[in-house]
Amino acid sequence: MADLHLPTTLTPLFPGLPRVVAVDAPTVKEAIDSLEGQWPGVLDRLCEPGPALRTHIHVYVDKERATLDTAIEAKSRVDVIAAISGG
Amino acid sequence: MPGTLLLVGTRKGVFLLESDADRQKWELRGPFCEGWPVYHAVHDPSSGAIYAAAASEWHGSAVWRSPDLGETWTHSSEGIAYDPDSGRKVSKVSTLAVNNGRVLVGVEAPGIFESRDDGATWSLLSTLEGQPGSEGWDDPANQPPGHLGISALMFDGDDASRFWAIVQGIGLFETTDDASSWTPRNKGLRADWPRPHEEVGFCIHKLVRSPVDGDRMFQQNHVGMHRSDDTGETWTEITEGLPTEFGFAAATHPHDRDTFWVVPLDPGHGRTMPDGHAAVWRTRDAGSSWQQLDRGLPQQDAHVGVLREAMAIDPYDVPGLYFGTSTGQLFASTDEGESWSEIASYLPSISSVEVAVLD
Repeated sequence: MADLHLPTTLTPLFPGLPRVVAVDAPTVKEAIDSLEGQWPGVLDRLCEPGPALRTHIHVYVDKERATLDTAIEAKSRVDVIAAISGG
Repeated sequence: MPGTLLLVGTRKGVFLLESDADRQKWELRGPFCEGWPVYHAVHDPSSGAIYAAAASEWHGSAVWRSPDLGETWTHSSEGIAYDPDSGRKVSKVSTLAVNNGRVLVGVEAPGIFESRDDGATWSLLSTLEGQPGSEGWDDPANQPPGHLGISALMFDGDDASRFWAIVQGIGLFETTDDASSWTPRNKGLRADWPRPHEEVGFCIHKLVRSPVDGDRMFQQNHVGMHRSDDTGETWTEITEGLPTEFGFAAATHPHDRDTFWVVPLDPGHGRTMPDGHAAVWRTRDAGSSWQQLDRGLPQQDAHVGVLREAMAIDPYDVPGLYFGTSTGQLFASTDEGESWSEIASYLPSISSVEVAVLD
């Protein structure tokens, strides 16, 4: 299972959504889809229609900048970052 | 005794202020909506719910809903999206209108989405396709920063299939068949710039309609105040007597068809009160003359702005008037603008003010 670390701007929007979620998914997209199944609406908060990651949502897999298609390994750490966007 | 509820949309969430019918002492709650930038917050009298149109720079646009006057909130954007193949994107949800449980939200790029299930899901109602020049409305090169797309929606009240929409920088449109077709309503408006299409190309900031005479509308335009006595079919300029032709906010008297308030601003980059002297201006004769109302407002060094949705009026016999500033002050008057008091001083930048009287 990979660890998916979520931003503090996201978790208050969905009751019960923890900061770190264990996911079993081959790609970033499928990891987000797995969250969507349990917390409907998460996909919209992280992705634009297409889908594509929202402009200021950055994802890193094992410290490397990732896209929705980036592969996730079983032991990966996935960080979802709400990138700095002003005060 | 009825309660009075102010809904204040700000750059950092929704705030609620509550008072009784005397409207002298206010209690503040908030921020709500997780501090998302809120463009417009409204109260639905049919359900008692509050809706807030918000757009997070990180998490996109959504409409928030509270069924219990702010105690709990949910949000949804399900269906608020254009077909990805269309090339259109929703950059923000800008304005809300409610009518008997139906909710409309105006968005940028210009379009109107509707919900008939209390804001849980949404569907595209109209993009005003086919209006003159509408093929160019989506072009980001044509949009200034902060473009709102559909900047205002107003229901008729009696006829559920009739409402008006303002497309920012384009003009006013009316539908009488629930958005199947639209008619531009901009005859007589002034515009000081070239317009490729005769019927559109006007910069309307705010439209209000008299509750006691539905034929009478007023609008604050980019270049002047205008009045209509035929429900928007034709417009007459009534700017003379005001300190500037520019402003955003406007309000109509709930019981007098001739009384109307505006907040003139400097038209340049600043878009703040002229000479740093805060004032609201009122006409009692439908725009033939204007009075400056500034008692209780800062008289100097008050370089504050008031945005298009940031003034509201309540329906009491002697109506209360409210406006919020771009620097987070909220002012109230219970004598039709003759005198003002500051009822909140340190809010985030205020985008919208609405008022509801609760039983």
